[in-house]
Amino acid sequence: MIHLAGIERIFPVGDERVHALSNVNITVHQGEYVAIMGPSGSGKSTLLNIIGLLDRPDKGVYSLSELDTTELTDDQQASVRRHKIGFVFQFFHLVPRLTTAENVELPMILAGVDPAERKSRVQTALSSLGLSDRTKHRPDQLSGGQRQRVAIARATIMQPDIILADEPTGNLDRTSGIEVIQILEDLHTKGMTLIMVTHDPDLGKRASRRVQLVDGKISTDTGDS
Amino acid sequence: MKSVDVIQFSWKALSGYPTRTLLMILAMAIGVASVILLTALGEGARRFVTDEFTSLGTYLLIVLPGRSETTGGPPPLLGETPRDLTLEDALSLTRSSTIRRMAPITVGSAPVSWKHRDREVSVLGSTAELFEIRHLSMAQGRFIPAGDPSRGLAVCVMGYKLKKELFGNQSPLGEWVRIGDRRFRVIGVLAKKGQSLGLDMGDVVVVPVASAQALFNTSALFRILLQANGREAIPKAKKAVLATIRERHEGEDDVTVITQDALLSTFDRILVAMTLSVAGIAAISLSVAGILIMNVMLIAVSQRTTEIGLLKAIGARGTHILGLFLAESAILSLIGAGFGLILAFLGNWGLAHAFPRFPITAPIWALVAAVSVALLTGLVFGVLPARRAASLDPVQALSRR
Repeated sequence: MIHLAGIERIFPVGDERVHALSNVNITVHQGEYVAIMGPSGSGKSTLLNIIGLLDRPDKGVYSLSELDTTELTDDQQASVRRHKIGFVFQFFHLVPRLTTAENVELPMILAGVDPAERKSRVQTALSSLGLSDRTKHRPDQLSGGQRQRVAIARATIMQPDIILADEPTGNLDRTSGIEVIQILEDLHTKGMTLIMVTHDPDLGKRASRRVQLVDGKISTDTGDS
Repeated sequence: MKSVDVIQFSWKALSGYPTRTLLMILAMAIGVASVILLTALGEGARRFVTDEFTSLGTYLLIVLPGRSETTGGPPPLLGETPRDLTLEDALSLTRSSTIRRMAPITVGSAPVSWKHRDREVSVLGSTAELFEIRHLSMAQGRFIPAGDPSRGLAVCVMGYKLKKELFGNQSPLGEWVRIGDRRFRVIGVLAKKGQSLGLDMGDVVVVPVASAQALFNTSALFRILLQANGREAIPKAKKAVLATIRERHEGEDDVTVITQDALLSTFDRILVAMTLSVAGIAAISLSVAGILIMNVMLIAVSQRTTEIGLLKAIGARGTHILGLFLAESAILSLIGAGFGLILAFLGNWGLAHAFPRFPITAPIWALVAAVSVALLTGLVFGVLPARRAASLDPVQALSRR
């Protein structure tokens, strides 16, 4: 369960202090499917980064599964990211010199998983996403849709509780975009919490809960916390 | 994260950018090779000098007539003519238990002729023990026989070059040659030995000391060569020599004793200092390589900003990132050092072929030092870029494309 209370995030821009987020309160239960929507600059990505422990709020409390994350050290946060959170980015962020299999393997390498087990888990993950014949390819030899599927395989290889997707279809054509969304929704039906940032209303409609951000504040929230 | 994985990951990162990796390895290799080669040259010079000295003989003491050190006080009015060293002086020295061998030496120059050939050479008057003291060896025949040194036998031993010039390829053994106004029978030829500090042993003729004294009509010795019983006996032998001569010369210290060890250790110290300073200069090139590694690693960090952000997003700790980048610098410097070793061996081999008489060998400590300094510079100069990578803010790192 994700619980944010009174979250504020302030960025200094020149002499001014911009409130990227102000007084954000939201609770997301395990297994929910949430779309965070809003115009650009409304703080969607900042909110997602805070939920993903990539960024720390300036004020407020964020507890993840009853654990107050603001009190964790950087290393403890890294460990939470490693085991509980999977990220999917708009620009995929695959390591260009590594093959598909090696990219998917990365989180397990960081976690110190045994090499033999790593190999078999990578194979299962890639074949379930229809990428078995692409394991030796480098990212620049893959299509956009394939790259995002590799990124999803990497995000889910550690079997996290939460998938955070930041505009996952923003860089894809319509067909492969829908393909990617279906994969993410499959993960949701298997029990993972899916939180997706998007400015596309059609995608937002597919989510069971929609949170609208305007100027760093939640303006509407279809789910009830 | 397992260390095998760290090395593998860093290795892939290095092989992903072959040009910059090769350039850095080259810089490191040149640094390491220059340290090793310059030390080898210095060490070679040291060994060259040491070898020259030991070819003079081991545990050697040289007794010269007269005093070389200056003493204070007004100059003596009547002049201080040192007494000559005589054969009796020399023989008295052998009584000391610290001295194993003694060879008196008289040197002069005289024409040597056989049939119609005539050569002006150095005539060395000595005894049988010179053979052992100077580590001589024979090409033909035998050396001057042992026996009473005050008896002048009419025999001589020729240097290699002199024999070639007088006799060509003929055997000189048993032939009579004329030295000055006397006739000597040739009983041996010295083996080719080369130069040993000034005196070319190929261009001499050695005769018994009494014969040489008669030839040059003198009772004085040029010097006395002594061989002490061992390294520890050298200072004692020196004392004994001075005491004996003082007693025989009515209380006057009118000889100088030079010990080869004192001379040798002075040269040794100078040459070691020279080697170290040259190695130090070469070490500067290693640190230049280190700075290059730092620069290129800093560029690598900014090139790979998004990758670092991603690693953090998927749960890499700051220490993981630090380790990955340090491993890269370490691998670079190790491979560089490896190539440097190969380069140094090739250079060594080339130099050894170009100058066969000069003993060029890199000492083991130089190899170890060069490689460990290379690794150290790689790590030290890798710290700054690695820390910069580790402290990157993941959100900003990922927002860049």
